[in-house]
Amino acid sequence: MAEPLLSAQNLVIGYRRAAFGASQPIVPVVKGVSLSIARGEVVGIVGESGSGKTTLGRALLGLIAPMSGSIAFDGTPVSGLDEQRMRPLRRRMQMIFQDPMSSLNPRHRIRRILTAPLLLHKVARTMREADQQAAMTLERVGLPPGVLTRYPHEISGGQRQRVGIARAIMLKPDFVLADEIVSGLDVSTQAQVLRLIGALTREMGLAMAFISHDLSVIRAICDRVIVMRQGEIVEEGACDVVFDAPRAAYTRSLIDAIPLPVPDSTWLTRVDVAA
Amino acid sequence: MSEPRLLSIEGLSAVSDRDNGAPILRDVSLAVAPGEIHGLVGESGAGKSTIARAILGMTPRTVRITQGAIILGNTELLSLDARQLRRLLGAEVALIPQDPLTALNPSRRIEAQMTDGLRMWKGHSAKSARERALTLLDEVQMREPERVMRCYPHELSGGMRQRVLIAAAFALEPKLVIADEPTTALDVTVQKQILKLIRAMQARHKTGAIFVTHDLGVVAQICDRVTLLYQGKVMEHGLTADLLLKPRHAYTKALVRATPRYDRPVDGLIPVPDAVIAACRAEIAGFDGATHG
Repeated sequence: MAEPLLSAQNLVIGYRRAAFGASQPIVPVVKGVSLSIARGEVVGIVGESGSGKTTLGRALLGLIAPMSGSIAFDGTPVSGLDEQRMRPLRRRMQMIFQDPMSSLNPRHRIRRILTAPLLLHKVARTMREADQQAAMTLERVGLPPGVLTRYPHEISGGQRQRVGIARAIMLKPDFVLADEIVSGLDVSTQAQVLRLIGALTREMGLAMAFISHDLSVIRAICDRVIVMRQGEIVEEGACDVVFDAPRAAYTRSLIDAIPLPVPDSTWLTRVDVAA
Repeated sequence: MSEPRLLSIEGLSAVSDRDNGAPILRDVSLAVAPGEIHGLVGESGAGKSTIARAILGMTPRTVRITQGAIILGNTELLSLDARQLRRLLGAEVALIPQDPLTALNPSRRIEAQMTDGLRMWKGHSAKSARERALTLLDEVQMREPERVMRCYPHELSGGMRQRVLIAAAFALEPKLVIADEPTTALDVTVQKQILKLIRAMQARHKTGAIFVTHDLGVVAQICDRVTLLYQGKVMEHGLTADLLLKPRHAYTKALVRATPRYDRPVDGLIPVPDAVIAACRAEIAGFDGATHG
């Protein structure tokens, strides 16, 4: 296999509990996770609440420093970089958030939200150039140009999530972290956003870590899946293999717990394997 | 229909007073038989929660019901005043809310919250209410019910809080339970346990239920009948298996195809086509034109 774009070795990540006086012990949330993501690969990270999937994602972007272990992005170690040396990498690794309402500045129009990173990273030299690129990206994510002059609260939830996607791809990154980006959307909007993500990753050769609690959503767009439970990886592999023949009992119980839109009189009473 | 009805909603229409009198519900009719779980399904803005709230007399002030009737047993609910409604609903209709944390009072122990209704509506003494509450917690398979009774809501997990609310909902032996997206906030494995529990409790107590959800998977596994709404209008209704396996309306077909499934590979997903949405909107515009024009 070619050199991975992103690789993590034995990551241990924890949070210090807020406390007065004596410092509290750190409780690890991610307990020794190793993974790698190739260029252009879409990897699903699935787990229930408390599995550490979000914490792991944030560490991959260098937003949280791991207690131990290492992360390398395109050969450069991410952990321990200062702000100045981190910045060129930041352009190449972007994030799409779960709730665009709280991740898009409510006081800024969409135009400013999309053009600010271009100017900051000097990808566009003039405002005019930035505007052009913003308009193109907006079109690419399927939004009308009129959205540029709107504030985030003036557009629909599905449109806001498309703006979140546009912002993430503005800088033509190599890697995007998407954390539960469709869980707040209606089924019809969700399917559109998933299709868009699929098309963008293929066109741009974008690698993506797609964090979700929903295995059905992961199946719809990911090449590979990593199943986490309580800070550890319980299973990983190509989606086709994991979904058709899960090896870990936990993965099987997760799959069994998903109700398919096909009436099955035995589903409710079927015994959970790992329960 | 000749089967007995527990609840029937007839021609219910509502408008938003905040939004220039825009229609929210458009001539909605449905019937729930005793012992049946009736799914109320749709995307945001479909009006499913508005219907659930209208039954409970909890319609927000900005929503005005303009037409229709809600009949529980032999009583029309919309014509009752607040006091009469409270007396009737308190004993006969229960709600399982979406968010178990906000539905429970954070400053009172579970015991106090579970025994309130029993003492107020069923004339239990403190002691007998406590015993009944323990039995109910046991019925919802709560481990260590004695300890849970002494807990405050924040000391319980999301799944445990939802179990408490299910126990509380069935405490007064209601005829009708309204479950408003009761598992949306839960992990899938917990969701399955809670669905199983609602089904078991509902079957044991022969309670009728309205189950509000946007998840067709959940509908398939728990509902006997379904009413599918779009923008406050019924698009299709029928037995769950018919609606999901042999959908008649283009919108139903499109929604089923747009639902991600773990047993379908990459790109098996077909978003709801714009033409279908356009047709739904046209149907609604036609309806509005016919009623107002």
